[in-house]
Amino acid sequence: MSSGERIAVVGGGMAGARFAERYAALGGTGSVTIYGAETRPPYNRVLLADVLTGRYDAEAVTLPVGGAQVRLGSEVVGLDLATRTLRLADGGAETWDELVLATGANPVLPPVRNRCQGDGTSLKDGVHLLRTLDDCARLATDAAKAGRAVVVGGGVLGVSVARALAALGLLVEIVHQGPYLIDRQLDPEAAAAVRGGLRGLGAEVYLGNRARAVRGSGRVEGVELANGYVLDCDLVVLACGVRPRTSLAHAAGLAVRTGVLVDDRLAASAPRTHAIGDCAEHRGTVHGLSAPAWDQADVLAARLSGADPDARYTGSRPLARLSAGGLEYAAFGEVDETAEPGLDVLRLTDATRGSYKKVVLRGDRLVGGILLGDLATVGALAGAFERDDPLTDHPLHLLTSTT
Amino acid sequence: MTTTTDTHCPYCSLQCGMRLHGEGSAVEVVERPDFPVNLGALCGKGQSAAALLAPGARLTTPLLRERPAGPLRAAGWDEALGRVAEGLAATRRTHGADAVGVFGGGGLTNEKAYLLGKFARVALGTANIDYNGRFCMSSAAAAHRLAFGLDRGLPFPLADIPETDCLILVGANPAETMPPALRYFRELRERGGKLIVVDPRRTRTAEQADLHLQLRPGSDLALALGLLHLVIADGLLDQDFIDARTSGFEPARAAAMAHWPERVERLTGLPVARLREAATLFGRAATGMVLTARGPEQQSKGTDTVGAWINLCLATGKAGRPNSGYGCLTGQGNGQGGREHGQKADQLPGYRSIEDPAARAHVAGVWGVEPDSLPRSGRSAYELLDSLGQPDGVRALLLMGSNPVVSAPNATHVTERLRALDLLVVSDLVLSETAQLADVVLPAAQWAEETGTTTNLEGRVILRQQALTAPEGVRTDLRVLRELAERLGGKGEFSDDPEQVFEELRRASAGGQADYAGISYRRIRAEDGVFWPCPDEQHPGTPRLFLDRFATPDGRARFAAVTHRPAAEEPDADYPLYLTTGRVLAQYQSGAQTRRIQALNEAAPGPFVELHPQLARRLAVTEGELLAVTSRRGRAVAPARITGAIRPDTVFMPFHWSGAGRANSLTNPALDPTSKMPEFKLCAVRVERAQAAGQTQPAGQAQPARQTQPAGQAHAARPAHPKKVR
Repeated sequence: MSSGERIAVVGGGMAGARFAERYAALGGTGSVTIYGAETRPPYNRVLLADVLTGRYDAEAVTLPVGGAQVRLGSEVVGLDLATRTLRLADGGAETWDELVLATGANPVLPPVRNRCQGDGTSLKDGVHLLRTLDDCARLATDAAKAGRAVVVGGGVLGVSVARALAALGLLVEIVHQGPYLIDRQLDPEAAAAVRGGLRGLGAEVYLGNRARAVRGSGRVEGVELANGYVLDCDLVVLACGVRPRTSLAHAAGLAVRTGVLVDDRLAASAPRTHAIGDCAEHRGTVHGLSAPAWDQADVLAARLSGADPDARYTGSRPLARLSAGGLEYAAFGEVDETAEPGLDVLRLTDATRGSYKKVVLRGDRLVGGILLGDLATVGALAGAFERDDPLTDHPLHLLTSTT
Repeated sequence: MTTTTDTHCPYCSLQCGMRLHGEGSAVEVVERPDFPVNLGALCGKGQSAAALLAPGARLTTPLLRERPAGPLRAAGWDEALGRVAEGLAATRRTHGADAVGVFGGGGLTNEKAYLLGKFARVALGTANIDYNGRFCMSSAAAAHRLAFGLDRGLPFPLADIPETDCLILVGANPAETMPPALRYFRELRERGGKLIVVDPRRTRTAEQADLHLQLRPGSDLALALGLLHLVIADGLLDQDFIDARTSGFEPARAAAMAHWPERVERLTGLPVARLREAATLFGRAATGMVLTARGPEQQSKGTDTVGAWINLCLATGKAGRPNSGYGCLTGQGNGQGGREHGQKADQLPGYRSIEDPAARAHVAGVWGVEPDSLPRSGRSAYELLDSLGQPDGVRALLLMGSNPVVSAPNATHVTERLRALDLLVVSDLVLSETAQLADVVLPAAQWAEETGTTTNLEGRVILRQQALTAPEGVRTDLRVLRELAERLGGKGEFSDDPEQVFEELRRASAGGQADYAGISYRRIRAEDGVFWPCPDEQHPGTPRLFLDRFATPDGRARFAAVTHRPAAEEPDADYPLYLTTGRVLAQYQSGAQTRRIQALNEAAPGPFVELHPQLARRLAVTEGELLAVTSRRGRAVAPARITGAIRPDTVFMPFHWSGAGRANSLTNPALDPTSKMPEFKLCAVRVERAQAAGQTQPAGQAQPARQTQPAGQAHAARPAHPKKVR
């Protein structure tokens, strides 16, 4: 690519930072500007729960961005693809030669009554999200004064937050609508083990329950469940998943379904326009995980830097991981052997050591798996899943360590 | 008359002390218990080193090829040197000085390395000189200089190793490559220190470790970054040290933040729990060392990888302090000294940069030439070999102490390039695979037949002393260089007396980083070696570097902001496995010496392909069955050796052999952008049963000494090459 080319990256999250870092490392000669709505330079969002526990300082999780210029507090509010101009919240306008949308995702706000203040937009005192470092700072301040917390949502984020709050000494209760925790990644047995682990940390879990309303007028005083029970608390965290931020792309006329549609080149539906990370939808999939976001950033950086103009992104096979204290699992692929006919399962449970391991197979192909409590074979298992080779050996070796 | 001479082993960078005892040409190796590095211990290679001194085992007359496809025939020295001088001069005349190239070796003494560099710059006037140490030390050297401002393999004597609390060995297998050093690691553990070994194979060294991290090939960089991340997360930074003695921590910290444990687990295949264990062992230890060898260095990201391991030392305050630090286990006998005195494309003696005007002026002064007459930087080793016979490349090559037909990456291609030369001159003690391609072969004296210094992996300059007279017909490399310089009629004085050359080297190195000015043969004899830098005769030498300050302009060590990246070639559907290459106990480098020694061949008779039982079952292969290993560059055939000590996604081949089992037919010449180190340590391959792949020939036969063709007979004919016919 020609030197002096201007690349605008909209969004200062993990995907944008990774793109900028790789673009420079691969010898890209253009100038990269990252426009970020947040006031902090790009940081590692994966570590937020551990920033909350104090394991990391907020300043210590900053990510490298190569030589990119980072425009902090510069939210992009409009795109004109014809003139290749972007508009900023402060009224400024900038032009670009290549546009990279890395706008990420927003937390989903569940339909819980009374979650907001009187103005109807900002959350009530004591009600929190955990998506940004600012969220994290506010939550930490509140958590220091709080005694009881309710976490709404028992997915990966909900469990991580509950674990972190419990580590800070709070009594924590998780309200989860699904039949078991982390039901998008785990099976009932593994989820039960996670639940047991949380209980050991002082966190209770209510399954099949929906939060209906936040109690309290000025500040939060409790959470009312759909079944009428009220959980008293002075802190609420809403952890109900995320949704791609696509409004900017949509308004600019780009093709958007759940995410901004991209092809294998990570090109969106207009020339010189690309999307990566949580906001992008590739072959019908929006990942919402850091590893695929970085795979995409790597491919786009290879293309735009000229290091490999023909690079293609053909998808990721991500692995979900939680490793926090006693709670540790890896899960990937289809873990429900009853999801379709013809799947086989191999399961190892060791109650004494608190481990639960299983692989799901279709013929000689590995289609999913869970390791919980004992991750000694995670490298072999992840490798086999990633390579997608036929398994010639009995898959037991993927669950038991030989050394 | 019976004599006993104190000297050193001709092989690896330990340069173990030994004595040669005997009469005339019949000498035997006996122990030299008072030399501190090895205290008398020797491995099988050292013990059998004298076998190559026997007349039948080595060349004793120059050999000459009359016409491109013709045989080599015996010749006199006058005729041989005449042919060389005429050939070099003709190429220079027709194509310019840079069309004449010189390729040296890390086994050459300091005197030879120095004189070879001077010969290239002064007698030939070419920029194109480099050496096989580029394939060996260059990544660690580059990272050393970036971080510390100075490159010496170990910043401390080996004797400090047992005193440290935690040692991480990265891609190093001293149990096989330098057995006498194992004592230090054993003593470390006996004193309660912890040993962590990072290697894709459970080597004999890894078996002795408290913690073996059996990572995915090529992920050493991710591992080092992940450990730094954990050290930060777990509050194990030495912030006072970082503030007082380093610079550049912030970008390095940010880089580590991009390598959080779960990501590093995915990249390395090592469970997070293992990473934590390693970070805790190293981070909590009061003192610690990291030693790397070729595993992390021979990668297309070798410089960054070593930089990341240095970061880990700096962040935890484990550098520039007693019993702590980063070091590199140098490979070749003079891998250290060989990189200091001007046989590198970008360097002048004393570890000076050839681009630095002050360095040029100083060295030109010692050489009695104009600074402007010195060439600038030339091509790095692989780039030089790749250019051979090409329109703008090197057309005539003088090669000394190296066997690239076996040891270079992408060796089939390199062999073709060597064949495309107008003139190939090889000085060697045996008829190596590369010498077999030469137009002129010059029989060189070897270690016990000449005096010279080497610098071992500790930075200790030691003296190999002549113990016997070389056979009739053999000349020293120094004499060859002197006579060629005279025949070429250029400027500059060339001595062939080692001590005189060393005295000149002292002056040339004075004031440089590798300053030998205060070192003399007399002092080396009296002091069991002298550690550089040693700027004057009153200076005691420097066994331990950096205790007060690092060698950077501001005295601070520099963090490297580096990011993990994949290898140049990762496995895919067509080439689904990693190949990693390495060494075995009984052979040395390209095997030119050790494959000619009976006892060593009995211990390690030929190449093999190490593979995991799971992979063997998938391929339906049994122990000893011939396997064909194919990469994008070539094919090798060798018997299967099935072992649970290797990862199921990786096969291993030792690289000591030529012929069908040559591992370097497969390896990838992708270069590290900074050090120009090729990626020997991993490439993608396909493995099949050779029979299924239509191959039944046995691979790489061992060639014991007595089977070597006596000099003077017709030797292997050199196949004609179209480039030769003009």
